[in-house]
Amino acid sequence: MKANILVIHPCDNVAVVLTALAAGETAVAAGIEGLTAVSDIPASHKIALADIAAGGAVIKYGETVAVSTRDIKKGEWVHTHNLESKRWKR
Amino acid sequence: MEAMSGITGYLRPNGGFGIRNHVLVLATVSCVTGVIQRIAREVPEAVCVPHAWGCGRGGLRDVQVLLRVLAGMVHHPNVGAVVLIGLGCEVSNTKTLAAVIGDAGKPIEVLNVQEDGGSLATARKGAAAARRLLEHLSTQRRVPLSWDKVFAGMECGGSDAMSGVTANVAIGSVADWLVEQGATVIFGENTEMIGTAHVLARRAKNEAVARQIEQLIDRAERLTHDIMGDMASLVISPGNMDGGMSTIAEKAMGSICKGGTSTINQVVDYGEPPTEHGLILQDGPGYDGDSMTGLAVSGAQLLFFSTGRGTPAGFPGLPVIKVASNSRVYAAMPDDMDVNAGALIEGKPRAALRDEMIDLMVRVINGEPTQAERHGMDVFTFMTVHPPF
Repeated sequence: MKANILVIHPCDNVAVVLTALAAGETAVAAGIEGLTAVSDIPASHKIALADIAAGGAVIKYGETVAVSTRDIKKGEWVHTHNLESKRWKR
Repeated sequence: MEAMSGITGYLRPNGGFGIRNHVLVLATVSCVTGVIQRIAREVPEAVCVPHAWGCGRGGLRDVQVLLRVLAGMVHHPNVGAVVLIGLGCEVSNTKTLAAVIGDAGKPIEVLNVQEDGGSLATARKGAAAARRLLEHLSTQRRVPLSWDKVFAGMECGGSDAMSGVTANVAIGSVADWLVEQGATVIFGENTEMIGTAHVLARRAKNEAVARQIEQLIDRAERLTHDIMGDMASLVISPGNMDGGMSTIAEKAMGSICKGGTSTINQVVDYGEPPTEHGLILQDGPGYDGDSMTGLAVSGAQLLFFSTGRGTPAGFPGLPVIKVASNSRVYAAMPDDMDVNAGALIEGKPRAALRDEMIDLMVRVINGEPTQAERHGMDVFTFMTVHPPF
């Protein structure tokens, strides 16, 4: 099956959704197994590759780019509703 | 990959190499723009560069940058000979500039509109000089070039949500490859580093470079706040967020990844040539044209430029390899794009794209024109800090 998400760095706990995913759809990328979108996720937005506990680091490019504000489930849409900047509050 | 590393360039008297051998017809001041344009019509083979500056700004920083940029264009290794067109009474007049340029190790012919018979006579003399110098350069031949003499700049502009996912990641992998070969890679755009001081400083060669990185990003952040006030957070815009970027750090990572992951060996000022090899960070603005000039004047012989919305921008005398972040813009602007990093979305392996980009870079170094070069899409602007008087 054709990849519909892209993992930028092996340490990342989020991946970029290439084509919009509906809840229940399977997310596909090389090396990723058993990942299902648990919410609708727009194209170019992020999907959690693993559970991220509240206060945990959101890792993309192998670096912390945000901190979660609540428990995020594997397969969930990761965006401004469940994370915050460590810096400016945007 | 080593098998295709047969690259060539033009050896300069200072030991540097150009990958082009241009006659540069450079204005010292905006007043002579029409003269430069006339020469460009008469001698299309010359790289003719008019611009909007040269006078009317008294701040020391602006004068420093003005002289550094104009002298840097003359010194640029891709330039084999120069026709300098001045007015006569400007801040960056040809006498002042000559002292800054010093010995450039290449023929320079100087004309001034106020002394050389006005605009038409100067254009006529300038065109004749350009033709003479083209004739002179035509006898020079390419010689083998080693990768440690290659200097590439990495730029992004007209970005979209995929720029930091496909194109910049792909450019970063080429940056890492170049550094492994002993080449020099430079990237700038300080405002796009805000939120990544911890990442970049950790990659610094030593403590001193780490402090410089932190200071330059801190300055960029304070400047952004000073200028934009409460709007500073718009550095990450609602449009960015619609595109899936959630924080300033995430957006910035998508930008700085075009520099790859190597150790940062040196921080240089805008347009300042580095003394180190490997990965270099430039303290310069994010605006595409201003940024490209800073990278070029620092000595970059070629530029990689990622774009998602699509820009035709090239740079005078330098090949600019335009990397589309998505297949739509690659197809929509066929005369402007050189590489389709959007293929990563359709399943192309990252290593295959990187190798294709290295292969293209080798051909470009050896003389194959990029789209922007082929179609004459030169942009030349540079940084200023104060308004004109």
